[in-house]
Amino acid sequence: MSADIKELKIIEEAKKPLSMNPKKFALWLFMMSVIMLFGAWTSAYLVKRADAGWAEIILPDQFWINSVIAVLSSVTMIWAYLAAKRDNIDQLKIALALTTVLGVAFLAGQYLAYGEMVALKQHMTGSNVSHSFLWILPGVHGLHIVSGLVFLVIVLVNAFKFKIHSKSLNQLEMCATYWHFLGGLWLYLFIFLILNP
Amino acid sequence: MATTHTHTNIDVHHHDDHEHEHHEGNFWTNYIFSQDHKVIAKQFLITGIFWALFGGALSVIFRLQLGFPDMTLEWLRPLLGGWITPEGKIDPEFYLALVTMHGTIMVFFVLTAGLSGTFSNFLIPLQIGARDMASGFMNMLSYWFFFLSSVVMLSSFFIETGPAGGGWTVYPPLSALPQAIQGSGLGMTLWLVAMALFIVSTLLGGINYITTIINMRTRGMSFTRMPLTIWAFFFTAIIGLLSFPVLFAAALLLIFDRSFGTSFFLSDIYIGGEALANVGGSPILFQHLFWFLGHPEVYIVLLPALGITSEIIATNSRKPIFGYKAMIGSMLFIAILSFIVWAHHMFVTGMNPFLGSIFMLLTLIIAVPSAVKIFNYVTTLWKGNIRFTSAMLFSIGLVSFFLTGGITGIFLGNSAIDIQLHDTYFVVAHFHLVMGSASFFGMLAGIYHWFPKFFGRMMNEKLGYIHFWLTFVGVYMVFFPMHYIGIAGFPRRYYSWTNFDTFSGFTDLNTLVSVAAILTLSAQFIFLFNFFYSIFRGRKASANPWKSTTLEWTTPRNPGHGNWPGEIPAVYRWPYDYSKPGAKDDFIPQTIPYSETPESNLPHENELIKLETNGDGAIVIEGSKH
Repeated sequence: MSADIKELKIIEEAKKPLSMNPKKFALWLFMMSVIMLFGAWTSAYLVKRADAGWAEIILPDQFWINSVIAVLSSVTMIWAYLAAKRDNIDQLKIALALTTVLGVAFLAGQYLAYGEMVALKQHMTGSNVSHSFLWILPGVHGLHIVSGLVFLVIVLVNAFKFKIHSKSLNQLEMCATYWHFLGGLWLYLFIFLILNP
Repeated sequence: MATTHTHTNIDVHHHDDHEHEHHEGNFWTNYIFSQDHKVIAKQFLITGIFWALFGGALSVIFRLQLGFPDMTLEWLRPLLGGWITPEGKIDPEFYLALVTMHGTIMVFFVLTAGLSGTFSNFLIPLQIGARDMASGFMNMLSYWFFFLSSVVMLSSFFIETGPAGGGWTVYPPLSALPQAIQGSGLGMTLWLVAMALFIVSTLLGGINYITTIINMRTRGMSFTRMPLTIWAFFFTAIIGLLSFPVLFAAALLLIFDRSFGTSFFLSDIYIGGEALANVGGSPILFQHLFWFLGHPEVYIVLLPALGITSEIIATNSRKPIFGYKAMIGSMLFIAILSFIVWAHHMFVTGMNPFLGSIFMLLTLIIAVPSAVKIFNYVTTLWKGNIRFTSAMLFSIGLVSFFLTGGITGIFLGNSAIDIQLHDTYFVVAHFHLVMGSASFFGMLAGIYHWFPKFFGRMMNEKLGYIHFWLTFVGVYMVFFPMHYIGIAGFPRRYYSWTNFDTFSGFTDLNTLVSVAAILTLSAQFIFLFNFFYSIFRGRKASANPWKSTTLEWTTPRNPGHGNWPGEIPAVYRWPYDYSKPGAKDDFIPQTIPYSETPESNLPHENELIKLETNGDGAIVIEGSKH
């Protein structure tokens, strides 16, 4: 038996382990850490809210408009992805540009919402903790939107250089994942604030 | 999926060529801003060693104060300047800064960055059979964020008000009010900035570790064939990824409280009879957020050391690790539990006693997986053909500390006993043994064991023995007496006890602790000499000096960029085939297929060969593959 095996010189094939694109995987892990960051704050918010002396917050109406913009930008992102998949580069450019514009519009909208909060005398400092939270949650989310916009601009430039098409979708896919995630994160924060004023 | 993977391989090769083109003369890309995981690991190691010495030196300075309260420290004035009072004593506020910085440096800079940063970076690609980390650039960023964080933290020693002084846990309101103590001024701001940078570094590193382990394994390296080191680094990285953002959240709120006037953690504070404007905050909230990181951090520090130990004990007992899957399971269980026990640090904050009981129960359950691990270490040693290398001695030392320190954890985890023991030297003794010394020994064991792979040379074993025995005895002499001091009620972080009748006893014991601490620190210079001397003058190592089974020993003596000169080897068996009955040698490397070892195969392993050879296209003729 053993002699046979030696003569044949047959060795078993080692199996390829399961794996996916490392960069995409890393992005998912990064989003996980962002979830923990906001999870920590919203938990702290709930704990604090249960204490005495919590002043209920009034959400700026602008948040509703911004949420619609966030959803729209995700829709245009899906359009961009589908266009790239069909190698429709012109549509891809339009859709990506639209997404970027909507992203900027979202940030501008958040700025207006801050103005509305000031008008409602919900200041970051010197008033109740609840108001401080109301500044920090959209603020840090806004910083992440800025990072998403930077990513979007990189993808947009690559789209104009014809580097994104149905055979090279990775970058666009990652950008879309991150963008949908940030949109979803905003909706989570908004609904969370509506439910726990 | 297959296409994307090919793509990455091409990338690596491309990079490889690139590196060769500019190999000569480009000092900056090869040694400073390198993207090679081995160079980055060495950078973490050297920085970690620097911080370990620095943190150790701080502890000796405050041990002088505690052990010799009447001693004049005038001779330290050239070094510490104004922090020595005119009477020749350490300035009490500087004492607090010393304690704070000792804790911060040891926990984060030495045992997190120095341990995980070094060994995860070095061993993950080498042991799973990858050319490098998933993203070399992110890996490089991880080190340089850590470096920047180190610079900021170090710079706080050179400002007038001194470094942060609010304890390594930086509880507000003390840490939040610059007017409270000197150490809450600029030093605390720098502390927070340094920690924010540190968290970025840890997350960049952790994301890379997890991605690499899951996606970059070589052919045949299934999860159940991964060495336990890799499993440990994997869990560590996951814990870090989930808990460090929470510390970041807490730190950011603290920064807002300190610098922008919010009141997340501040309420009803009077300074000099004047009420502060801050109302509505809760300092307890900070503790919840902090310890949600703080407790998992204990395991971020400990798990890599346990993984390293598993590997070293199996190799040097010439036996398979006892209970491979139980080891993985216990680490997983510890990782999960680490997230739901944080409030045992807060039993005396006035929490609901019922809640305290729940946290107590969860805390005590950790004893189960911990005991599994100790049992498995001992049973691996049992009847083994033990080789007492320096690395092995330090690993056995770790098991000892993990046991003695772990047992006091059962006392402290009890919410009733904690009322007496909370914030006493009993706690100090407990965590210095179970997490401090154990992890430190794991780190040293790892350095001794993988030094041949790091630098291609061997460390001196004789000096290693002396280093081990002095350190091992020294550590017990430092921390064992602290249990008694703690049970007697001595609170930690106190500058002096001689002012209180209650605490005027035990001066002799405190002197002993201080002497032992000085001796232990001195012993580390033996290691330092051995380390740096061996890098340049050590005996040249063979390719596999410990006769080990794992993949890193199949690389050349000094692995170059890309680790393996030819194709990456495939893996056919688990990493613990030591002293297999019937085998020619007492170890079979992971790269040897079962078909080449018919004399030692178990029945089910012979089945594996048959299965594979029957499959379509699964027959590989030797020679065409290697």
